[in-house]
Amino acid sequence: MSLLELSGVEKSFGPVQVLHGVNLTVDAGEVIGLVGDNGAGKSTLMKTITGVYTTDKGRISFDGNDVTGRNPGERRESGIEMIYQDLALAPQQDVANNIFLGREPTKRFLGLLPGFVDKSKIDAEAQHMIDRLGVHVPSIHLPVGMLSGGQQQTIAIARALTFKPKLVIMDEPTAALAVREVESVLNLIRQMRDEGIATILISHRLNDVFEACGRIVVLRRGNVIADLKRDETDMAEVVSYIVGAHG
Amino acid sequence: MLKILERTHVRAESLAVLLVLVVVMAILSPVTGSGVRVFLTANNFFNIILASATFGILAIGATFVISAAGIDLSLGSVLGLASVTGAALVVTLELPWYFAILGALGAGAAAGAVNGFIITRGHVPAFIVTLGMLGIARGLALIISSGRGIYGLPEEILFLGQARPFGVPTPVFILLFVALASHYVLAHTPFGHHTLALGDNENSARATGINIRRQRMLLYTISGLMAGIAGLIFTARVNTGDPTAGLNYELLAITAAIIGGTNLFGGRGSILGTMIGALIMGVLQNGLNLMAVQAYYQQMAIGAVLIAAVWLDQIRTRGRSLQ
Repeated sequence: MSLLELSGVEKSFGPVQVLHGVNLTVDAGEVIGLVGDNGAGKSTLMKTITGVYTTDKGRISFDGNDVTGRNPGERRESGIEMIYQDLALAPQQDVANNIFLGREPTKRFLGLLPGFVDKSKIDAEAQHMIDRLGVHVPSIHLPVGMLSGGQQQTIAIARALTFKPKLVIMDEPTAALAVREVESVLNLIRQMRDEGIATILISHRLNDVFEACGRIVVLRRGNVIADLKRDETDMAEVVSYIVGAHG
Repeated sequence: MLKILERTHVRAESLAVLLVLVVVMAILSPVTGSGVRVFLTANNFFNIILASATFGILAIGATFVISAAGIDLSLGSVLGLASVTGAALVVTLELPWYFAILGALGAGAAAGAVNGFIITRGHVPAFIVTLGMLGIARGLALIISSGRGIYGLPEEILFLGQARPFGVPTPVFILLFVALASHYVLAHTPFGHHTLALGDNENSARATGINIRRQRMLLYTISGLMAGIAGLIFTARVNTGDPTAGLNYELLAITAAIIGGTNLFGGRGSILGTMIGALIMGVLQNGLNLMAVQAYYQQMAIGAVLIAAVWLDQIRTRGRSLQ
């Protein structure tokens, strides 16, 4: 059974239909590349998976459960994480708080008042996660807005991995990075695969997609028009699907 | 010391401004018969805190919504509405004394909830909704009271405004309690973290699964509730449900929050900072009063302080982003 299963997913914004009945499956630990031209519906499709957008029609099941009607918080709870292209970090909050945003562990203040955010636990676990990813961040107490682009990318990944997800969706994680940083992100994806975490990688950089993904799905005008195994295809074929040369 | 400021998100500048202001006002204030500066007497100290208590509690409400990149312009009017609602229930309808409390807090929270509902469901900008509520709440207050003050509240209510247990005015205790509880909520609970994150980057808050609609709804309700508490204290102090109570207080409240270090564009806010901001406004008003400066000039001074505070903040943040 697949980890993620989309069947007949449709989504419109007013009169504009963006997704025309998308079918897609992803297995546990599988790394797939989602490619397509601008406006093909990649971001919309991903946001229907995370629950940020509701679907008009169709069904989304995850880990054996129908999650179609669930909100983003519940889907995150069940193991779907997304790393947005703009990273969706809160720039004035510190590194540790960003990593635990929306899932702050609490304790009782002086053993009495409930709902006290356990800041020392947040700091300790955030530091642990940053160390595990093997990246250098000056201090977890710095506001995220003061860090470099690559460091911010790392914080976003750390946030996604802290709660042991089953599926991580990455939207253009390498677009704004230096060459050395790209390599470390791709290594991270391999490391996640080895731990059994599935990844959907959205990217315009086909080099990165071919390097990291075992399967490549091409989206065009809101439809999946190709679902190719990396070892059985090449860049020229993928490009021809993207631009619509395959009819 | 600096570490405490950092941990509580209080700006050293705000504290410095307060200290400088106290020294200046002390030097400029007139001298009593026994040779003491009027400004420095214990009685005057309580005067400042008493005056600050009303808009200080409003400023706490302002801090919650502004931290989340919102605004509440209806604070002063809702204070007036809460004041007459509480008084009308007890004086006009002759209900038991505690209905003054229920009425004031209920009217405040209800007005805030209506703000929150229209902002979140109707996607009408908070600026417009709360500006409209500024007119609606004031009008409603005047209708309920027929435009006149409602005098003569029971002892139990007057206690909340005029009594001095342990020599300290009751409103000071109420302010302390509300401020500490609010500080706890904003700085140390998930609700507070989510409030700041929402003001910082709404997409980020949504992406991490925070229920933004519920969060905003609660924030505006809290803001209205604060106006209700402030209205209750006001009513108890002057023994009147006053439909004109809190006129222009939103100016004081928002100014206090901003000079206390709350970011006008959201993402940063501190209740303790706001309390220092409220004290700055209180000291300023009190000092100008003692120097017999006309109230008209005071209005100007407060408006100028608000603009200067935001201007300075802009210079700071721009300076930082250029580095």
